[in-house]
Amino acid sequence: MNVSDFAVPVIFIFVLIYALCKKTDVFAEFTKGVKEGLHTVYDIFPALFALVLSVGMFRASGGLALISGLLAPVTSFLGFPSEVAPLVIMRPFSGSGSVAIFESVLGETGADSFAGRVASVILGSSETTFYVIAVYFAATKVRKTRHALPAALAGDVTLLILSGLVVRLLFYSRG
Amino acid sequence: MMKWVFAGLIFFSLVFGVIGGDVAAVSDAALSEAANAVTLCLTLCGVICLWSGIMRVAQMSGLVEVLAKAFKPVLIRLFKGINPNGKAIGYIVLNITANLLGLGNASTPFGIAAMRELEKEESTGESASNNMVIFVVINTASLQLIPTTAAAIRLKHGSAAPMEILPAVWICSLAAVIVAVTMAKILSVKSGKPGKKVQK
Repeated sequence: MNVSDFAVPVIFIFVLIYALCKKTDVFAEFTKGVKEGLHTVYDIFPALFALVLSVGMFRASGGLALISGLLAPVTSFLGFPSEVAPLVIMRPFSGSGSVAIFESVLGETGADSFAGRVASVILGSSETTFYVIAVYFAATKVRKTRHALPAALAGDVTLLILSGLVVRLLFYSRG
Repeated sequence: MMKWVFAGLIFFSLVFGVIGGDVAAVSDAALSEAANAVTLCLTLCGVICLWSGIMRVAQMSGLVEVLAKAFKPVLIRLFKGINPNGKAIGYIVLNITANLLGLGNASTPFGIAAMRELEKEESTGESASNNMVIFVVINTASLQLIPTTAAAIRLKHGSAAPMEILPAVWICSLAAVIVAVTMAKILSVKSGKPGKKVQK
């Protein structure tokens, strides 16, 4: 029993009780939301399909292992598993791409392994940095993003270094 | 950009397959991964539908606005000189609340509206204002309460506790946001006043 077991049910109950008090038709709105969810899946399916396919082929050819092997000196210096290196490279550029690599990493190492957990933390606490910067500034007349990219990357590097450390601390430090 | 990633991955998988002498594995992967892509999408479909159902209820009942109002006093301190009653800060808090709740579909439109309002409020011409940079950096660092995609894929791969990563995710994303915003503040001094032309 810990906080992570409670997070999801507590959010659900809280939202439902609040909505009922506000006289929202929770069933009608929930089902409308599910429909929107289906549209989201419909929209992401083609890109996800293409990337799961190409990443899967690349893994089968030994390509992912090659990249991980080449970057092993860097990753071991930072204290995180080399299998995660391809995910780190893809993450800032493409959402579907990183989901595809994440899927491939978990297939290789298992979800509850050290590499699987670090990969989960990286996917769960980062964004497609370059894409977000491009989309948000594209809405304005701004052409010089000044220090946006360096500051954003500083955050990403922090996450990268911390992910291995925090997973080690929370999962492997007992006893 | 994605066309090169896609074509490059397939091209090099063939090259490595030939060099490694195992083209059959690559060919098998093409078929099995096509099936796997569908399975993955179905796995994600479940969690995405569940989450967007519950979050639609949160949105329609007005809960998102209430939470946004609660976060406003904290967030307003990050944005120096912003109009505390303006439209920009309104969209900023809605965007960050939506991000926190994992409302991907809602957060981007709020974010874009926030950027446009920031531009109107503190027009700095062709270069980004300090507040724009801070806002964008909060978004790239991703603050999300429940990492639903990661959890769903963990479940697919037989994780005993898909949500066990939550505390680690919270610690890491909070640290990343703090570093990113701090860097944005520090670098804003170094990169000169916005609006002035950058000298080369």
